Amino acid sequence: MSGPSNSYDPKQVAMLAPEALDAALTEAVKAFADAGHLDALAAVRPAHLGDRSPVALARRELGALPPQARADAGRRVNDARAAVQAAYDERLVALTDERDERVLREETVDVSLPWDRAARGARHPLTTVMERVTDIFVAMGYELAEGPEAEAEWFNFDALNIGPDHPARGMHDTLWLDPPERGVVLRTQTSPVQIRALLSRKLPLYVISPGRVYRDDPIDATHSPVFGQVEGLAVDEGITMAHLKGTLERFVQGMFGDGLRTRLRPSYFPFTEPSAELDFECFACRGESTRGGPPCRTCGSEGWIEWGGCGMVNPRVLRACGADPDRYTGFAFGMGLERALMFRHGITDMRDITDGDVRFTLPFGMEG
Amino acid sequence: MRVPLSWLSEYVDLPAGTTAREVATALTRAGLEVETVTDVGYDVSGVVVGDVVEVTDLDEFKKPIRDCRVVVATGQAPRGIVCGARNFAVGDRVAVALPGAALPGGFEIGARKTYGRISDGMICSARELGVGDDHRGILVLPAGSPVGADVADLLHLRDSVIDIAVTPDRGYCLSVRGIAREAATAFRVGFRDPASVPPLVEPAQPEAQPAAIDDPAGADRIVLRAMSGVDPTRPTPPEMQRRLFLAGMRPISLPVDVTNYVMHELGQPLHAFDRRRLTGTVVVRRARPGERLLTLDHVERTVHPEDLLIADDSGPLSLAGTMGGLSSEVDDSTTGLVIEAVHFTAAAIARMSRRHALASEASQRFERGVDPELPPAASARAVRLLTELGGGTYTGSAEVDLPRARPEIALPAGLSGRIAGVAYDAETVVRRLTDVGCSVGGADPLTVTPPTWRPDLVDPYDLVEEVVRLEGYDRLPSVLPLTPAARGLTEDQRRRRAVSRALAATGYVEVLNHPFQSAEVLDALGVPVADDRRRLARLANPLSDQAPYLRTSLLPPLLQALRRNLSRGATDVALYEIGLVFLDRPGAPAAPRPSVEHPPSREELASLDAALPEQPLHVAAVLTGSREAQGWWGDGRPASWADAVEAARTVALAAGGAALTVEPADVAPWHPGRCAALSVDGRLIGHAGELHPRVTAALDLPPRTAAVELDLSALFAAQPGLVAAPQVSGFPPATQDVALVVDDDVPAAAVEDALREGAGDLLEAVRLFDVFAGEQIGRGRRSLAYALRFRAPDRTLTVQEATAARDAAVAEAARRTGAVLRS
Ligand SMILES: [Zn+2]
Repeated sequence: MSGPSNSYDPKQVAMLAPEALDAALTEAVKAFADAGHLDALAAVRPAHLGDRSPVALARRELGALPPQARADAGRRVNDARAAVQAAYDERLVALTDERDERVLREETVDVSLPWDRAARGARHPLTTVMERVTDIFVAMGYELAEGPEAEAEWFNFDALNIGPDHPARGMHDTLWLDPPERGVVLRTQTSPVQIRALLSRKLPLYVISPGRVYRDDPIDATHSPVFGQVEGLAVDEGITMAHLKGTLERFVQGMFGDGLRTRLRPSYFPFTEPSAELDFECFACRGESTRGGPPCRTCGSEGWIEWGGCGMVNPRVLRACGADPDRYTGFAFGMGLERALMFRHGITDMRDITDGDVRFTLPFGMEG
Repeated sequence: MRVPLSWLSEYVDLPAGTTAREVATALTRAGLEVETVTDVGYDVSGVVVGDVVEVTDLDEFKKPIRDCRVVVATGQAPRGIVCGARNFAVGDRVAVALPGAALPGGFEIGARKTYGRISDGMICSARELGVGDDHRGILVLPAGSPVGADVADLLHLRDSVIDIAVTPDRGYCLSVRGIAREAATAFRVGFRDPASVPPLVEPAQPEAQPAAIDDPAGADRIVLRAMSGVDPTRPTPPEMQRRLFLAGMRPISLPVDVTNYVMHELGQPLHAFDRRRLTGTVVVRRARPGERLLTLDHVERTVHPEDLLIADDSGPLSLAGTMGGLSSEVDDSTTGLVIEAVHFTAAAIARMSRRHALASEASQRFERGVDPELPPAASARAVRLLTELGGGTYTGSAEVDLPRARPEIALPAGLSGRIAGVAYDAETVVRRLTDVGCSVGGADPLTVTPPTWRPDLVDPYDLVEEVVRLEGYDRLPSVLPLTPAARGLTEDQRRRRAVSRALAATGYVEVLNHPFQSAEVLDALGVPVADDRRRLARLANPLSDQAPYLRTSLLPPLLQALRRNLSRGATDVALYEIGLVFLDRPGAPAAPRPSVEHPPSREELASLDAALPEQPLHVAAVLTGSREAQGWWGDGRPASWADAVEAARTVALAAGGAALTVEPADVAPWHPGRCAALSVDGRLIGHAGELHPRVTAALDLPPRTAAVELDLSALFAAQPGLVAAPQVSGFPPATQDVALVVDDDVPAAAVEDALREGAGDLLEAVRLFDVFAGEQIGRGRRSLAYALRFRAPDRTLTVQEATAARDAAVAEAARRTGAVLRS
């Protein structure tokens, strides 16, 4: 290699000549362009940008030039090297893009293939509807109360003002544990839970109790001997029927949609006085079916849906539970959950609900 | 209670043109539950009164046929009509459906050829006209019915029937009288009380059947009215028949129809006895031992000593207020009648009706309470009708009327408003109470005496209901109470939800079975005699004799549901259920029935609970077929014992993460070599594994079906307190693998426990990644390969530290389980 020299030998520094540098650039651009893939480009890189490439060798010869010529030649060499590098970079980007595109194209799959490798599960809609009801009331400040399903006759009837000769006992076709004198029934309503709550909790009391209840009823499309019911109870100072109405309105709207109207019709239950039946405006047609709109399957074009019973807690019930009826008043309500499921989801046969067929339950998923 | 609008209109001045639907809406608003409103007779046309002028018997046919000439319009030639009935004669007026006429149900009548003759119309029976259900003979109209008149008008065939489901408190609405009163209040129009019957004229020489009350607890009033010369074969007027028919009662004979008619109109059940069959005094008394009675339904009944009877000197005549006896029944030869009207106490009749499983029109009314003022009025009304329609003569009455208390209720004037949440002025309260028939005095409190027909009005709250309902529930405002701050769901309630979600999220489908089972299914499951699951509670009146017991395990109904899914073509099924099981307490005492005048004592509450079966909350899951499906990705994986155990782990984790100990067990219905006992803190909470092959065979389930059942109540109770958060170290881990050879009967869980214990605090995780058995290991032994991951909270571990910890772990495993490090 030539060391620095004060002598100037044009022969020795031919590679610094502008023509030589142009030629090296041309050659490099061609070689890069000819490289058809990244490996080929990597293979030709050393010849044009490596330590022994023309531009690298030319830079090394700069020292051989007299100082007056060095600046000029140096600029030429740098320009040439930058041009070669730029040509390389450009080609590298182009080839990398090409490769990526090819690889990604090759890796394409059919994303619509099924992946039903693990079976799906589902929760029963009656469970989720019970939770939905509970959540609405918990949000209003109620607590969830539970109790046994095989229940003492006293809790299921006597404490609820349904004495042994009360005609209302005839309204409940009761399943009795053997022998009947044992005084244990399968609860015909979730009301005994209210009695237990009144006896065990402090007043004021706001509880909601969803659960299964039993009747000696043959099973058919609209009846089941085992069904879900939800009951609510509020006992406090100054509770009125207006509170009952407001609470049920909020409940109905939480279950079936904002703005739905409710209606109370006088009725009879032994444990409430006054008593009422609850109707609410059909959420499907909002009453349009009664005003010339198309017929409604949900409400049978009645415009209203009957849902349950309610009323002001009979003072006799309060007394049996140790609450002073002169100080406290209360309301209670109860409704069937299968019925709610049926009109909410268009279920036409109640038997589907207890049949346990996975085809019925699966579409309800996790939250019904 | 079915009420024809025409009948109702007789006693209430409904505004002209009021429709049955308007009446129904008003009654609904007042608290009567209207089930249906049905228009009847509007489809009848072209039926006219005909005069039978000639009858020719045709005897060439198998059954008697008559060729009749009937005039259907004055001055016109008679028509020829063929008729099979024989209960009419020349001169009778009959209903003729002319060709083109329509009968109820849309039947069109045409001229047709029958028995070789053209019949130019049809003579109608009661049933064909919808007047009754008698179809054997034709309906003979009252003499003098104008020929050619429209029969639909004449018989008031066009009517509307309002059907009301009467609640137990409104016994008075089991009568036209009661409903008319409600309608009059609702429309604010006049009401004529049908019970205002003019008194009977007493004969100069009264001749009565003596009456007595022997059991004042069962009845406090009896009226017997005697009649002579009644012709029971006279027809009941068509209009009366029509009303009875529309009210849901079958016309039978004049005396029976009259008693039914009066009962329906006034609400007082009546009974007509054939006087020839009565001996001595007719008495209300309790039954005597050994007495028997053949009731109207032809059932010979042994009466219970507590039964209330109507009897005479010869013995029982009827089950009081429930069902009459056959022996004293009126028949076609009866001429002397005794009409009995009694006021029974509601409880006596309710008990008897339940004891004999007999519900009749009469018992329904007595159970709900009948107006004690009705017996004289209703019996007088019946006598008047039988005099007029049956040609009878009233001969005299006997009555026993015991004193009755009339309750007086003190009603605070503001109570109604306080309960309703809307203020009513005193005037409104008084007016509404007067509307229902109360007499009201005083100011505050008001002194209210309910009317005799409202025995349900006892408490101030009963009166409040009357005020609020009549003022209208739609007037109540809608207000939310100011509830106190509450605690939300309890831990266990949240856990239950988490368990349900976790199982559903891992592929199980929830079912809610009826909780009934047979005893035989326990045999099929191989449950031993002394097992808790044999603590069966039986139902006295099971829904099905195939499943008369309450379930003691969730598995029997759940496996049945699994079977049902398979039989419907499913192959891969995983089900779960969360619910109560019922473990009876053998020899449990009967539940007490404490007073309801005050709360039960602590002891009474304890004995109430002691009478009940134990009812823990369980969860169970069953699965069969593929747990992972075969597909384009490759092979599937059959469901196995391991999935059942894993489901238990899923449940335990969701329930709060208490560590689940899994140990081999041999418990029915599981495979003795594939059954895991699951416990938390040494408390057994359930089992999981593969079902015993004999069980799958007995229940017709696929082999290898797996199942798990856990006591959630116990699992929840065993949950630890708050989770202590781990220290998460930022230093790198050191990983060491060990392969340990153990005997086959050493559970992997025991080896893992030993490794954890031996490795000490540096151990972050241990995982079994391979199980290997083979010749190299030796028979009866297997190799368990574990990856141990160590990490220190404060430094990078050296190889020496990690190795020392590993060696300690292996040494502990060797000590506890005899494990040998595999070289
Ligand atoms: Zn609708």
